[in-house]
Amino acid sequence: MFEDFFNVVKKRFNDSNDEAEKETVKCPRCQGSVFLERYEELHRVCPNCNYHGRLSASERIAITVDKESFREFDADMKSLNPIDFPDYAEKQEAIREKTGLNDSIITGTATIKGSPTVIGIMDSRYMMGSMGSVAGEKITRAFEYATENNLPVIMFTASGGARMQEGIVSLMQMAKTAGAVKLHSDSGGLYITVMTDPTTGGVTASFASLGDIIIAEPKVLIGFAGRRVIEGTIKQKLPDDFQLAEFQHEKGFVDMIVERRKMRSTLSHLLKLHGYYPQEKEV
Amino acid sequence: MDEKKSAWEKIQLVHTKGRPTINDYIPLVFTDFYEMHGDRLFGDDKAIMGGIARLNNMPVTVIAQVKGRDINENKACNFAMPHPEGYRKALRLARQAEKFHRPVICFIDTPGASPSVPDEERGQGEAIAKNIAEFMTLKTPIISIVLGEASSGGALGIGVCDELAMLENAQYSVLSPRGFASILWKDASREQEASEIMMITAEDMVKLGVAETIIEEPLGGAHNDLDKISENIKEYLSYKIPEKCKKDIDVLLKERYTKFRKVGEFTE
Repeated sequence: MFEDFFNVVKKRFNDSNDEAEKETVKCPRCQGSVFLERYEELHRVCPNCNYHGRLSASERIAITVDKESFREFDADMKSLNPIDFPDYAEKQEAIREKTGLNDSIITGTATIKGSPTVIGIMDSRYMMGSMGSVAGEKITRAFEYATENNLPVIMFTASGGARMQEGIVSLMQMAKTAGAVKLHSDSGGLYITVMTDPTTGGVTASFASLGDIIIAEPKVLIGFAGRRVIEGTIKQKLPDDFQLAEFQHEKGFVDMIVERRKMRSTLSHLLKLHGYYPQEKEV
Repeated sequence: MDEKKSAWEKIQLVHTKGRPTINDYIPLVFTDFYEMHGDRLFGDDKAIMGGIARLNNMPVTVIAQVKGRDINENKACNFAMPHPEGYRKALRLARQAEKFHRPVICFIDTPGASPSVPDEERGQGEAIAKNIAEFMTLKTPIISIVLGEASSGGALGIGVCDELAMLENAQYSVLSPRGFASILWKDASREQEASEIMMITAEDMVKLGVAETIIEEPLGGAHNDLDKISENIKEYLSYKIPEKCKKDIDVLLKERYTKFRKVGEFTE
């Protein structure tokens, strides 16, 4: 309540001042206008509706794991063109240039408040975070590494689903990743999924939904079938809160909704609760 | 085999009225079929059927997506688009098969999982994900056959197996060509163009390492000779099932994992 009031006062104050100089962004959830500076300061959380906006993989690493602890796996892996899809290679080259990424996920090891973990972070800027050969292989290797080394896995998901440009090969990545999760699980390993905006399609229907613990950020989109597909089928508009994290929480598919500012400490607690304590530094 | 058809021609062919469905095949391929119902959690999905039967003399579990032969049957089975309870029924029956050491035979024939509000509410994504993971380590042989069309996670929900066979004119795709054109080009009417570049035919599946076998269809397609196509399916299963049953289970599971593990093309 008080915070809302504060925001209104502040907004008016700001409006009356140098509004022309301050850049604003529109929140994709509440459509409200937010000062970009404030939005960035809050690590892309809307101060009006608490929607947790999209972060790049490197921004996510910076606010989640211990400084300098991230060691990346398979940084140079790039996809080929399994079904010879027209312009696929060129399109990827352009996105690589723009984002500095080689595909839609970064994987590696890191520590969180000292606890060691394997971690994967999807980046929706790379072809909507879609999963093709590279994402499938990197995720699979990450789980296999964790299984061999008795490590937990944390996956931050953000994806439109399977990579259409790789056709059936991308569908098979669902089986590949889910299989690797299963072997990790059977070996007793802990797997935490953190669903971020958006987690949909073939990623929801494979490794994302298989976490021992499933966390979601507030107001993010989580679902299997696309909203437009469902609206097209039933010929009516769906409510705004359909397939949001809160909807999935109520329906029983998300264990907890955790705000970004509490994510690091929540993950740290959960790792320790499963026996993954900070390791003694080797001398 | 027929002369070479385009992917689009094959799509037309599997949508021809009279294309045999699982209900046509069961009495000709199996004996003593007993259908089982329900996922024990929510309800009984008519888009996925399952039960116990004999193949020659051997007890097997059959799980299949159900297409209707007319509009009324199609309405009843939701046009072969399973609900979450269908996938959960499939998993229940697969585990039952594991317990009683019966091989599992899956028949895939779906345009995709059902997309609706109730399906989302009951966790369509979770249901498919769970099946994929559990089938991967199910301790009994699994053979799958694509009868007509197989699309998206809706197909893969009963598609993890030791060996996949495709009927000669069947297709397997990440999404229906229509959906593909709609997502990629925002124009569903370009489905024919999509079908030709997506690599969805039986030969494509063998080339990409997704399928191992193509089951020959009678001249002009399966609908022209139900007895013949049923015989071909039965012959394949009669040879393949004992072969897989003879394998040490740990070897079988390792090979199953590797079959999917190796799909993907990248450089590093």
